[in-house]
Amino acid sequence: MSTVLDTTRTLPNGTWSVDPTHSHVGFDIDYMGGTFRGTFSPVTATLAVGDDGDATLTGSAPVSGVHVQDENLAAHLQSPDFFDAELAPEISFRSTDIERSGDEITVRGSLEVRGVEQPVVLRGTIGEPAEDPYGGLRFSVRLETTVDRTAFGITWNNPLPTGEPALAKDVRLVAELYLVKS
Amino acid sequence: MKVLGIAGSLRHDSWNRKLLRAAADVLPSDAELEIWDGLKAVPPYDEDDDHDPAPAAIAQMREAIAGADAVLIATPEYNSSIPGQLKNALDWASRPLATNVLRNKPVAIVGASTGVFGAAWAQAELRKVLATTGARVLDDGVSVGRAPEQFDGSGRLVDLDIENSLLAVVEKLVDQARTRERARRRIAVAA
Repeated sequence: MSTVLDTTRTLPNGTWSVDPTHSHVGFDIDYMGGTFRGTFSPVTATLAVGDDGDATLTGSAPVSGVHVQDENLAAHLQSPDFFDAELAPEISFRSTDIERSGDEITVRGSLEVRGVEQPVVLRGTIGEPAEDPYGGLRFSVRLETTVDRTAFGITWNNPLPTGEPALAKDVRLVAELYLVKS
Repeated sequence: MKVLGIAGSLRHDSWNRKLLRAAADVLPSDAELEIWDGLKAVPPYDEDDDHDPAPAAIAQMREAIAGADAVLIATPEYNSSIPGQLKNALDWASRPLATNVLRNKPVAIVGASTGVFGAAWAQAELRKVLATTGARVLDDGVSVGRAPEQFDGSGRLVDLDIENSLLAVVEKLVDQARTRERARRRIAVAA
């Protein structure tokens, strides 16, 4: 009897590392009636898929690599009001479960920010492995989730003249990863 | 472990200077409190004067803060808020904002006043100001109301509960400074 591997439900096996040049990991959050954006760079990430289909996605980014447009704002984000880079210099993620259905993917895991771990569910899309011009094999994954920053102890705010808080609690996280076979 | 003490009052025999000395008495044995006496010499903040090299009094203040592991501020309350000269000094200390000497510095705030509230509002406003500078500000404080009744002739606190509150604050401040030092060492090793 033979086994047919259902490639619409499994991940490509092997160890895949993030291509930091072309990948993007960022956040956006509602602030003062608009949307404020930033990026994390550099980012490291590895997807390890065993022959049995078991897969684990891990990733991390240094807090010192949180990039925004203004140096004073960047310093504020590094400070105890936000990420507290001195006491918690790294943001990290580790999956506990990955499900694929066609080109859709759901990754459950634990996100650690400011030394606080919270469960998160990332949803998005996954591409098929293809040869790249550099002789490697790669595919892309796009993942999104929304987290409540206050659950990680990031509670800073400033009231608007109306009394409403200037900064929302919900932060949208987006990871667009190019994964290259090691 | 060096803690820099800043009294928000200029008066030589101020209650807040006494409160700093009382804090020095309850500091852990491996910590010392140095009371900074340069507040009166701080000129009014003027962006035209805010250049490199900084005015001598400002350079001295920044050096004193940078060289301390933690800062303890004891403030009176003027018209329900921070004494002007103290706020002015912190405005100088906060420049340039992104790299100022207070950034990440553990800071605790206590206060004494002749009224009943012990400079509680001034302490609250100082916490807001110092958080904006990027300092690591303790939420806990000590409010010494009716200050003339709270110190004996030698300047010691007469109320054991107040002294215990002060002890708790300085222990937390020193602990915060130790935690920060360990974290900085880890970062340095990793780099």
